[in-house]
Amino acid sequence: MLERKIVISDPTLRDGNHAVRHELRVEQIAAYCEAADAACVSIVEVGHGNGLGASSLQLGESATPDHIALATARAHLKTSKLGIHVIPGFATIERDLKPALEQGVDVVRVASHCTEADICERHISFSRSMGVEVWGCLMMSHMISPALLLEQARKMESYGAEGVVFMDSSGHYIPDDVRQRVEALVDGLSIAVGFHGHNNLGLAVANSIVAADSGATLLDACARGFGAGAGNTQLEVLVAVLERLGYSTGIDLYKMLDAADLAEKILMKVIPTISSVSVVSGMAGVFSGFMRPVTRIAHEFGVDPRDVFFELGRRKIVAGQEDLILEVAKELAVRTVKGCQ
Amino acid sequence: MVKALSLGVTVSADGVDYIVRNPGCCDLVFDATSAKSHLEHAPILKKLGKRVIDLTPAKVGLMSVPSVNLADSLAEINVNMVTCGGQASIPVAYAIGQTQTDVDYIEVVSSIASRSAGPATRQNLDEYIKTTEDGLKEFSGAKRTKAILNLNPAEPCVDMQATIFAKVKAPDIGKLSDVLKGLVEKIRQYVPGYEVILGPIIENDRIVVMVRVRGLGDYLPAYAGNLDIINCAAIAMAEEYAKAAGNQHSERDG
Repeated sequence: MLERKIVISDPTLRDGNHAVRHELRVEQIAAYCEAADAACVSIVEVGHGNGLGASSLQLGESATPDHIALATARAHLKTSKLGIHVIPGFATIERDLKPALEQGVDVVRVASHCTEADICERHISFSRSMGVEVWGCLMMSHMISPALLLEQARKMESYGAEGVVFMDSSGHYIPDDVRQRVEALVDGLSIAVGFHGHNNLGLAVANSIVAADSGATLLDACARGFGAGAGNTQLEVLVAVLERLGYSTGIDLYKMLDAADLAEKILMKVIPTISSVSVVSGMAGVFSGFMRPVTRIAHEFGVDPRDVFFELGRRKIVAGQEDLILEVAKELAVRTVKGCQ
Repeated sequence: MVKALSLGVTVSADGVDYIVRNPGCCDLVFDATSAKSHLEHAPILKKLGKRVIDLTPAKVGLMSVPSVNLADSLAEINVNMVTCGGQASIPVAYAIGQTQTDVDYIEVVSSIASRSAGPATRQNLDEYIKTTEDGLKEFSGAKRTKAILNLNPAEPCVDMQATIFAKVKAPDIGKLSDVLKGLVEKIRQYVPGYEVILGPIIENDRIVVMVRVRGLGDYLPAYAGNLDIINCAAIAMAEEYAKAAGNQHSERDG
């Protein structure tokens, strides 16, 4: 049988930053990069949780500025490629991207909300013109149909992306959702397809395997699942399962397990776990950042936060619409009173 | 264009070329193309002696925010209306600069409805950020500034909102509120849907002000306050020019 190859892209030091309020420090970055590099992980992504140039009062300030994080990672990655996550609207080409590329970034992943691919055009085409590897990323991808996702991914392809990663940012997918999307993308694109999972429903590894089986050739995963809320696809588990299934990742399993142990020891305060609220936000398909305001407002109105989440999901609420939490809680409070009569 | 024709306004799809061929067609040009295009248009229009109100983030001329520097702008032949986020946030940044000492950092996060962002806006995100940051710095005197733009695809469409954060040495909220109140009144004369929805407050040792901009809802939908605020600012500017020109005429006539 022909050995099927999967590229693993590891955003432990980027998505994981969400879990520690973007406080990863130089020593941590250096040590994990060394361990991931020793394990031969293909791509190691570094930076603020929301990517390059996103350190801000709004989203949280990085303890380690972009250029220092990149310099540290660059110095400790010998075989692994150095990757960055870039969201137009936060990162600009002149201020952020050019200097990052000068520092030796190998892989640029330009990301937008799943319906907004066209804001990525300039960042993608610029990165391509600089000769680095370029991927497009579509976030919160569960909010649109496979056909619409393909339409957005095609835009990224037309700008010069060499592959498109669709992200299950809310941890909402079940395996069939993933299969349908990978098939649509593989069928409709002439570039590579990747999948980025979250574990709210305990399906991140299973979904990633389905993605691979359906034709995706790149998978994102983090050591111990280090990421916000329920966490990401757990990298060392994914590597083990892929090995059993006969996929080749080029990763040394023992060294990957060591890297994950190290990550647990030096990067995280708590290992990501699927809390009850994570289950609900994943089911509802709501942005995980809503957890705190929903809990607070539900308490104020004496309604069940789980009901609030499901209603927000039904209304397809996205980040930035926090004001609607109040409206939903108010409505639910009225309904509850009626229900008692 | 159909609407303009029905009002008896001359219409052309040839852009700046039409003005070059028919230099007598106007006294003043609103350039609402894109930053890249305005860089080409600016010297052409200057040669033709046209006053220009630039609604792209090209920043060729003086940055103009009518509630703050209307008088200075009158002397210029090319003024730049900064950006929609700039028009919404610079008055607040200016008030911070006027009332606080040691303004270390100002950050503005603007959210606009995805549907209100056309192709040029999407192409010009970088220029938007740079120009907004420059405007914030110039009008507030802050040492560092940062601008962030979010396109929100939610349905129903969200109103334009901007959150202004500031790190200053010893925040004086009373003074800031007073100055801000006066400025908001001025803005509301040309953008009635402009309102402060939160603050100024101190949270986590930083000043926070949130503003919402609802459009008039006359031609563009009301959620597109981002388009309205920069259009309204440009119109306010043009009206000042017209008034000034009128005064000159009457002086000459008299």
